[in-house]
Amino acid sequence: MASEGLHEAAEALDASTIDHHRAVTSLCEELEAVDWYDQRVKATDDASLADILAHNRDEEKEHAAMTLEWIRRRDPALDRHLRTYLFTSEPITELETEVMDPSSESTGVAVAGGSGSLGIGSLRGRT
Amino acid sequence: MDHLHRDLAPLSEAAWEVLEEEARCRLSAHLAARRVIDFAGPHGWSYSATDLGRIGRIPGPSEGVSAAQRRVMPLVELRAEFRVSRVDVDDVDRGASNPDLAELDEAARQIAVAENTSVFHGYEDAGILGITESTSHRPIELGSDGDQYPTAVARATDAIRGAGIDGPYGLVISPEIYTGIVETAEHGGHLLFDHLRQILGGPLVWAPGVEGGIVLSLRGGDFLFESGEDLSLGYLDHDADVVRLYIEESFSFRVVEPDAAVSLRRST
Repeated sequence: MASEGLHEAAEALDASTIDHHRAVTSLCEELEAVDWYDQRVKATDDASLADILAHNRDEEKEHAAMTLEWIRRRDPALDRHLRTYLFTSEPITELETEVMDPSSESTGVAVAGGSGSLGIGSLRGRT
Repeated sequence: MDHLHRDLAPLSEAAWEVLEEEARCRLSAHLAARRVIDFAGPHGWSYSATDLGRIGRIPGPSEGVSAAQRRVMPLVELRAEFRVSRVDVDDVDRGASNPDLAELDEAARQIAVAENTSVFHGYEDAGILGITESTSHRPIELGSDGDQYPTAVARATDAIRGAGIDGPYGLVISPEIYTGIVETAEHGGHLLFDHLRQILGGPLVWAPGVEGGIVLSLRGGDFLFESGEDLSLGYLDHDADVVRLYIEESFSFRVVEPDAAVSLRRST
């Protein structure tokens, strides 16, 4: 079984949807592990143990980043949002205002066009 | 605003979504190389060259000083233009779900075939050496009869394995050969398609733009496609009747391990 977390019958889902579910589940698990390690680092009084736990915690961050990138390459909408918000320095909520059409700000309609990328990326494993 | 100038197009968000979905669907069907090679990126439109990690010696600028220059592979930009009727895209906002997107479909096919051809057979003007041009193995005759295909494919996988390159292996083939394989049952009723998959341990890939076939290792690291801007929709201009748009991408491709592929030649 792909995961216990499917909300629909597996027979009703195609392979790419189940792979997407696997990736999202993995991403959640990696970020949860980061949180757990972080709490243990703060809680322990043993400095050498804290070093190991911090090292492990940061490795989970790498795993999370890799999984997020896999998802981004297959999800044009997520790709668009990440390109808007990541690696910026302005206040985050101001970035949202920037990408909204001022004339339709109150309705929350995004400017037509998006990033333009079709988000196709690698097709390995798809036949 | 970016170089795609989408904000200047007289198209609604709903119309863009319809165009994107159609383009994505058509491109995914025709793109063959991305099913079997390594894809890196996208690194963005501003990404201009792939670092080859090598140098070329050049004369020093003055006495006692030697010099070398880093070698890079510039990315090539491909673009296929198409038109859509303004009446058709305006109808999308009225709820129409079947605008005439024949030109978009053709542009998607053209740029996908161009990508496939560049990867498998090369693109001299862009400095891209394709897989069939780079392979160190002699081509193998595929034979004119489907019954001969398993022998040819087995010889190809043996040649790659003999060079010390693991599988699984894939077979990339022209549409006409693919169709022939799908329609053929061998003696005993076994499907030729399934037999070839068994020999390869990997997929058979329908590849418009490919001549003959190519057997190649799928272990990874042998064939590198680096994407600058991945396939994107951009805006060119419009008049009262039509909007001119385009599909665009930038990429480089290089073969790292020439032993990892064998070309299959179709007998005439």
